[in-house]
Amino acid sequence: MSMKATVASPKIEEKRKKNLQWSTKARNAALGSIVPIILMIAWEYLSGTGVFPPHLLPAPSIIFQSLLNMAVDGSLWGHTGITLYRLFIGFLIGTAAAVVVGAGVGYFAKAESLFDPLIQAFRSIPSLAWVPLFILWMGIGEPSKVVLIAVGVFFPVYLNIVSGIQGVDRKLIEVGKIYNFSSLKLIKRIILPAALPSFLVGLRSGLGLGWMFVVAAELMGASTGIGYLLVYGQNTYSPELIISSIVLFAILGKITDSILKGLESKALHWQDTIERKA
Amino acid sequence: MLAIENVSRTFSNGETGFKHINLSVNEGEVIGILGTSGCGKSTLLRVLSGLDHHYEGHVKIDGVAVKAVHEKVGMIFQEPRLMPWLKVIENISFGLEEKDAKAVHYLESVGLTGFDNHYPKDLSGGMAQRVAIARALVTNPEILLLDEPFSALDAFTKMQLQDLLLEIWQKYHSTILLVTHDIDETLYLCDRIIILRGQPGEIYEELKINACKPRARGDLELAKMKEQILHLLDLTHVDIK
Repeated sequence: MSMKATVASPKIEEKRKKNLQWSTKARNAALGSIVPIILMIAWEYLSGTGVFPPHLLPAPSIIFQSLLNMAVDGSLWGHTGITLYRLFIGFLIGTAAAVVVGAGVGYFAKAESLFDPLIQAFRSIPSLAWVPLFILWMGIGEPSKVVLIAVGVFFPVYLNIVSGIQGVDRKLIEVGKIYNFSSLKLIKRIILPAALPSFLVGLRSGLGLGWMFVVAAELMGASTGIGYLLVYGQNTYSPELIISSIVLFAILGKITDSILKGLESKALHWQDTIERKA
Repeated sequence: MLAIENVSRTFSNGETGFKHINLSVNEGEVIGILGTSGCGKSTLLRVLSGLDHHYEGHVKIDGVAVKAVHEKVGMIFQEPRLMPWLKVIENISFGLEEKDAKAVHYLESVGLTGFDNHYPKDLSGGMAQRVAIARALVTNPEILLLDEPFSALDAFTKMQLQDLLLEIWQKYHSTILLVTHDIDETLYLCDRIIILRGQPGEIYEELKINACKPRARGDLELAKMKEQILHLLDLTHVDIK
């Protein structure tokens, strides 16, 4: 056929492209670590010369030492583990509830007018205001913490699912209708995949809030967890413990977000965006 | 094959899209529906496709009145409307229950061999529209509805795709209804041209073109007809105020 000549060869040098991607990634990582390294060196130097009083802001080396000690005696893993466990269970429950409710509200206009006003009203309650009630209902054990985290995760995920589903292009849905798709098939083959980008954004901001609430929950009454280490450090006048915990939160938060981000770029590699064009 | 009996479409706000349309289409015929914007020609196509069922009158396929999407009807939109998360080959087999070799066959027949695993973001506008054509063909529709399918493409791509449509028509003997505002396109492709005019749109004139296809784009007879159509559409004199 005469058409074949008009389209260019689809073969690309996949391997070279991948190598190129890696070297730019490494360069970006190197660039991003310049400023933190300079700051750390300055901090260490100023602590060493006594500009920063050690009982308020200990040197990075001392903080690292305290982290190392905790790792060696094993307490680090226990506290990190229980915090991650709470976050994970809360995140799972919050996300599951948000998916079910969000999908219903997003797809069925009736469900939206029934449930959305109520959910929006609940959303405007600062989630920490639930704490006393949850403790009263469920005590200071695990359930109240997990539920608090789940409540925090629920709203961003819910909002993003609803707006994702409602934002699906009517033109794409019509394509399904031309093929006589049932409602279920429309949801499965067009609406859910099209709402996926928005859902993943919701997951990431949900995770961010989840970390916030795990700290809140552990600050309030816990005998384990990284949040508990914060309180413990405050009560025992050990700033290195507090800063170690903060560093732990930073590292863990970054790692979990990177996991979700990796998942996102895996799932959304079909998207045509500025980020992916480069 | 396809009969339209006294079909009118009135929108909920009281405005009328078109009224009293009567048309019967024979098997294998290529019909061009021509009209200036706002005369309801795209609405007519939506009614015929079954996407819009708030109309009065009857639409019959093979003598049976239909009021919903019919499996014998395939539709190609103005935009490709590909699912961006599906590869080209998956987009083509989108309307099929399960994947089969048919998708590959139509991929080849629209001239995109080797592009199976590309995503829509990697395609040019013309290539994307080829995929959309293959997707519409894969369910073996006997009636193809095209809603200004080439209007967003550049002049050369447009000509290539018009030739592709002609090849498809010769190969599969589809009945084709083509809504367009491109007079040259209708003259090149159609056996019959329906001219809609007015708001609400009504059939103003029906022209038959007997020249065999493929036709020469610069044909003198067709040029004369173009002049006639411009007259019919009331577009020949330009008022400059």
